[in-house]
Amino acid sequence: MKKIFPIIIAAVLTNTAGCKKDSEFLDVQPASILTNQQAFSDPAQVLSILADLYNRQLDFSGLDNGWASFADFSESFPSENGSANIVQRNEWGFREWETWDYGYIRDLNLFIERATEATALAETDKKRFLAEARFLRANYYFEMVKRMGGVPLILQSLKYDFSGDATSLQYARAKESEIYDFVISEAEAVKNDLPANPNEKSRATKGAALAMEARAALYAGSIAKYGVNTPQVSLPGGEVGIPAAMATGYYTKALNAAREIISGSAGAYALYNIKPDPGENFASIFLDKGNNPESIWVEDFKLRSGRVNGFTVSTQPRYGAEEEEGGRINPSLNLVQAFEKLDNTFAPIPNTDVSGNPVYYSSLSAIFAGRDGRLYGTVILPGSSFKSRPVDIWAGYQLADGSIITGDDRGAQKTLPGQSAPVQVVGFDGPVSAKEFTAQTGFYLRKYVDPTPGAGSRGTNSEIPFIRYRYAEVLLNAAEAAFELGQPDVAAGYMNQVRARAGLIIPLTARDITFDRIVHERRVELAFEGHILFDRKRWRLAHLVWDGNKMTAADLLSNIGSATKRSTQPFGLWPYRLHDPGNPDHGKWTFKIVLPVTVTGTNRFRLGNYYSFIDDNIRANNPKIVRQPNQ
Amino acid sequence: MKLSTYHILIIAGILTTMSCKKDNYDEPGVLLQGHVVYRGEPIGVEYNQVPFELYQDGFGKTGPINAVFAPDGSYSMLLFNGEYKFIIPNGQGPFKWKQTPAGAPDTTFITLNGSQQLDIEVTPYYMIRNPQLSQSGGTITGTFKIEKIITDASARNIESVSLYINKTQFVSGADNLAVKTMNGSDITNPENVNLSVAVPTLNPAQGYLFARIGLKIAGVEDGIFSPVMKLDL
Repeated sequence: MKKIFPIIIAAVLTNTAGCKKDSEFLDVQPASILTNQQAFSDPAQVLSILADLYNRQLDFSGLDNGWASFADFSESFPSENGSANIVQRNEWGFREWETWDYGYIRDLNLFIERATEATALAETDKKRFLAEARFLRANYYFEMVKRMGGVPLILQSLKYDFSGDATSLQYARAKESEIYDFVISEAEAVKNDLPANPNEKSRATKGAALAMEARAALYAGSIAKYGVNTPQVSLPGGEVGIPAAMATGYYTKALNAAREIISGSAGAYALYNIKPDPGENFASIFLDKGNNPESIWVEDFKLRSGRVNGFTVSTQPRYGAEEEEGGRINPSLNLVQAFEKLDNTFAPIPNTDVSGNPVYYSSLSAIFAGRDGRLYGTVILPGSSFKSRPVDIWAGYQLADGSIITGDDRGAQKTLPGQSAPVQVVGFDGPVSAKEFTAQTGFYLRKYVDPTPGAGSRGTNSEIPFIRYRYAEVLLNAAEAAFELGQPDVAAGYMNQVRARAGLIIPLTARDITFDRIVHERRVELAFEGHILFDRKRWRLAHLVWDGNKMTAADLLSNIGSATKRSTQPFGLWPYRLHDPGNPDHGKWTFKIVLPVTVTGTNRFRLGNYYSFIDDNIRANNPKIVRQPNQ
Repeated sequence: MKLSTYHILIIAGILTTMSCKKDNYDEPGVLLQGHVVYRGEPIGVEYNQVPFELYQDGFGKTGPINAVFAPDGSYSMLLFNGEYKFIIPNGQGPFKWKQTPAGAPDTTFITLNGSQQLDIEVTPYYMIRNPQLSQSGGTITGTFKIEKIITDASARNIESVSLYINKTQFVSGADNLAVKTMNGSDITNPENVNLSVAVPTLNPAQGYLFARIGLKIAGVEDGIFSPVMKLDL
């Protein structure tokens, strides 16, 4: 009996100690991964999840996704030898501009589901986070429908059951109109859950939701109205193409949404009108971060945070730049001459007089005088300044017999006839043929190029934001919708506000408002902001403007201001100085229209380009996805 | 260990012996070629603009083998023996390709068992008949007849006709030295259309040019072209 006691004790101890179930024993909370409830318990935590989703928004042109997205469409010439393809190809591939990021859609859906289930969040925080995520999802669907037409509309996270049959995950494409309807209805649904605060720029606001709604409804309306011009660009199931009968409804929604912003119900947005000079003022819209009533929703950057953009490094004037690069975007003469004269008429840049003889100007900038202030604000013209320092754009000397003396390097020197010492014969900013980073069209870009010291150096970069929606576009959206609804007087009222800010103070009357005017106004106001492709697509003008035929100088100079004017190759305007001692014009400037030598291709927008190619893999995986038309 | 010639020889010997051809596939060697034709006559098209697709089933995912017709309407592909499906995608080419009742491009089945010559029969909207191109005094003149092939409800008008010249054999709206275009509405007699274009200064100079006539059909993206002709200056 003596031994039994310790045995019993040992047995009891074993039983007590080993009573934890195996599954419990192994179930240890990881220290480095948060559960959904934990992640969605603290507003700061949720905001950081949301920040990632903000970051993944797609822009056509963004300051951080490469300068080249700004450079296409004959609106500019890419002055970098590695990107000459942009002006040497003869067409855009069908894959161009595709997007199919359902991983992002899934993450947005998951966020919405998890935030909805979260119990520890305050109701006001939760509402705002949910509204933001729904806004981001709608905005990305908008981006998809612009590029791909109707896409599968997935509004909850999908789960695979590993049964070997993925049919339940295969969704067909929604109609193009259904995606637009979704974007519009989401904007309506979330607008009142978002703050009506014009000082909130980088997070979604009521203004942003309404601006998205106005733009989306306008796009849908114009596809419905102008789709009849390209009946081939449609699919029988409506995945591509919107019935013409729906146009009025969409235009009405666009006008109402834009009016809601204009009326101030989303906060006091206004046109940026701070500097007295219209050109300087226009350039400042894109540079002024602190005090900008015009921008509605931006992609923001911050110095020394790791989130900066190198756009200025890529595009600053090359001479005196903070790096051994810059000057990559050279706006084309096609765009420059589209800026109106102050009397609201269109005219070529007057390098010759009526009988075709060259005109000599005593200053480089005189030839561009008397035009829309947005020309100065968008383009760095010869004879103008950047960072208070004149750019040095001129192509050479022209002698009395018409021959040219120029150099093949920036600021090259040669001896002029009748002189003994060499002098500079070409600007330090060029233009020099095929010399990258020089102004090969005779122009540099000013819009979005940051003059802040250090912005042009790779180690610092720039923190100016990319404006996704701004008030002037809302006004133009309202003007276009009103025009299409047969209210040209209303349209004129909105358009004149934008134009007066640009220095075009003679108002347009209702009779002046035509479709061509609307097209023109968006082109010059919104140049280099990622609109031109989508605008030309929705008006079904793209295949006419970029028709793949070569251009001559006579083509270039005719029909300026016409919506269907061909623009397949970017031209330039090169200044030369006359060297002819004794001639009264000696030392004055003359200008020649040139096609940069590296421009060997033409832009051809095929009907199959209207909606980007859906990858064969996607269609092989999901046979319900119908193919795009004309591809 | 020092790498001596002896070692290198041994390694080379091993590599030669071991890299037998067992693990390599033969390259495709069966030639499928032909023209896109209307009643046996090739239809000229623009360079790199009119695509066609071949599909072969049985390899899991479905995806096309893409190719384009050459300017003279010819095509050629090196393939393996097997069953193929041939289509011309909707909206491509200056002609009508047969369609299924649902509106999808209908399939031509091709069984390859050795090289094959296969012409693809289509119905063009128009044909350029008897094109004559000549040069005299620095001007190139083209004379031709337009025959309307499709005359039923799906007939289409001529948008324009053009005479293109270029220094290379790639002659089109995108690649040309000079072009003369006449609108379809200005054509008075389709039996006898005349176009002429002045030859610009060639730099660097060359003693010949290529020319061809193009016909653009209203509402159809791709044009019909005459054969490219080389002309001595």
